Amino acid sequence: MQPMSPTIKVEELRKAYGELRAVDGVSFEVQTGEFFGILGPNGAGKTTTLEMMEGLRKPDSGSVSLFGESPWPRNPRLLPRIGVQLQASAFFERLTAREQIRTFASLYGVPARKADEWLAVVGLEDMAGKRNEDLSGGQQQRLSIACALAHGPDLVFLDEPTSGLDPQARRNLWDVLRDISAQGRTVVLTTHYLDEAESLCDRVAIMDHGRILQSGPPATLVRDLDAPTRISIETGTLTAEAARGLADGLEVTDDGVSLTIATRTPAPVLSALAERDALRGLSVRGATLEDVFLHLTGREYRA
Amino acid sequence: MTSFVSLSSAMARGFFRDRTALFFTILFPLMFLVLFGGLFKDAGASKTDILQIGAVPVVDQLPAEAAAGLDQVLAVTRTSDRAAALEEVRKGDKAAAIEQVGGELIVHYSAADAVKSATVRGIVESLVQQANLAAAGVTTPSVTMRAQPVEDQSLKAIQYMTPGLLGWAIATGATFGAALTLVTWRQKKILRRLRLSPVPLASIIGARVSVSIVIAAAQCAMFIGVALLPYFGLQLSDQWWAFIPVMIAGTLAFLSIGLVAGAAAKTPEAASAIANLITLPMAFLSGAFFPLDGAPKWLQQLSEFFPLKHLVSSMQDVMVRGESFAVTLPDIGLLLGFTVVLAGVAAFLFRWDDA
Repeated sequence: MQPMSPTIKVEELRKAYGELRAVDGVSFEVQTGEFFGILGPNGAGKTTTLEMMEGLRKPDSGSVSLFGESPWPRNPRLLPRIGVQLQASAFFERLTAREQIRTFASLYGVPARKADEWLAVVGLEDMAGKRNEDLSGGQQQRLSIACALAHGPDLVFLDEPTSGLDPQARRNLWDVLRDISAQGRTVVLTTHYLDEAESLCDRVAIMDHGRILQSGPPATLVRDLDAPTRISIETGTLTAEAARGLADGLEVTDDGVSLTIATRTPAPVLSALAERDALRGLSVRGATLEDVFLHLTGREYRA
Repeated sequence: MTSFVSLSSAMARGFFRDRTALFFTILFPLMFLVLFGGLFKDAGASKTDILQIGAVPVVDQLPAEAAAGLDQVLAVTRTSDRAAALEEVRKGDKAAAIEQVGGELIVHYSAADAVKSATVRGIVESLVQQANLAAAGVTTPSVTMRAQPVEDQSLKAIQYMTPGLLGWAIATGATFGAALTLVTWRQKKILRRLRLSPVPLASIIGARVSVSIVIAAAQCAMFIGVALLPYFGLQLSDQWWAFIPVMIAGTLAFLSIGLVAGAAAKTPEAASAIANLITLPMAFLSGAFFPLDGAPKWLQQLSEFFPLKHLVSSMQDVMVRGESFAVTLPDIGLLLGFTVVLAGVAAFLFRWDDA
């Protein structure tokens, strides 16, 4: 690998299914060691983009290069260097967790002992003797990630790894994913969870209708939005009239539960509220990627 | 090589842990063998039931050898109730009732079953003549008769049923195994996952072939083991082991059929239906369930096109007809040729993915 060359280079990628332009001119680069997220609602073209990057689909036009090589057609030089976790957990039927990971590891010539270590990494040692049919959704996802990583790939593709998991299982999985990234691997993740992208990714590309609308570090995207901070207190603590008088240019709404003040300069508003001892039920919420999406598409984000 | 071994063991474990697949591949065909083997055990030597009323010296005083001969054709039940005996004959429960009154042997028969009553009358008449000859002092008759069936042991049902049903079992096991593996692995994205690993396609197919051959060998061991039980009484020829290459060639041929079915089908249900549609009629038309010797000429000619016919007849040749290994070579060649053609079709239809 030459220094400074990106691990992934995608240029003007296009793929249509009949009339539907699933991916419509997508370009981006992913640097070595980066945690890159493709964020967007269902049907945005994330999975198709990922599958073209993995070499599972042939692009109609445009190019993909991984480590300087094309993944299409099936490129055996590239395959040992990439690890893929598929959207549907692909397991051999009626094998235990240990047998699954050993089988996958052996496809890459990785010994059984090494494969077993991965069960520990994803916290499944106690489940090693259980068949995949008997694992919970979260356990299956973790096993599937372990199977994708057993051969120690430099580049990892994860397609919606937390979809369908309960909040606790999602957060457990996030820890696993952070560890994978911390080991210096390049990770590409698709997700329709805004909080997931915000919490995990170094850089995200926001995708909708087959196009990338914007990309950059989540914090930068949010900051560039220059959206107001929302300060909420319990209704009745302060009248809307009094709230408007706290500072200039405040946007105040009261929905009967909370009184919300939108401002670009939250500090003076907060100290004014403190002076009046009107902090009951206080919550302060900055802009999120949801606001970015709203701003970019003009519509509410719906996963 | 390691990927071939680990894929084979993953596939074999998946199969041997699947009770339904185990049942339909091994136990179900075996049930047919046990059922038909039991039903047709005495086929060709069915006895005629008759009643003997009171003492019948002509029968009772037969020499041991003659009595044993009589036993093979007549099942004689003794009774003392004359009226009840005649009633049984009238109803057709028994073919005839015999009684002896002094020097006269009376056969009561029903005209309703002319064939059976004629059999009994013929046999009893021969008994009477023997008794007369003996009474006249003729101990070595000038002309004797010996009955010799033209068929050898192969007439016994178990002899042709074991290779026949075994052939059908191998065909079904290989076809379903290949078709269902291909479809479920594609549907469950295992094929996609394998495509993303550096494993060669040859390892995946090689694994399926080796697992199918192991399953076929297990079927053979179970079938031959059960058929050899004294109850069924299978008699194997000297070169019976020569069925092994035939079995392998047959497994390959039906694997290739299964691969075509699996490549064409989108769901496991469709794959099963296609596999059934191919193997079941073929089993009837190939002499796997019953011999085709009595079938119309056109059917016998048609059967030559079916790989199962060649598998079954070759297995019969070496396992029970006493033919040598060399006799199976043309059939092995045909089966392998069939495999090459269908494997080519399967390769053409092969898809890693649904979409």
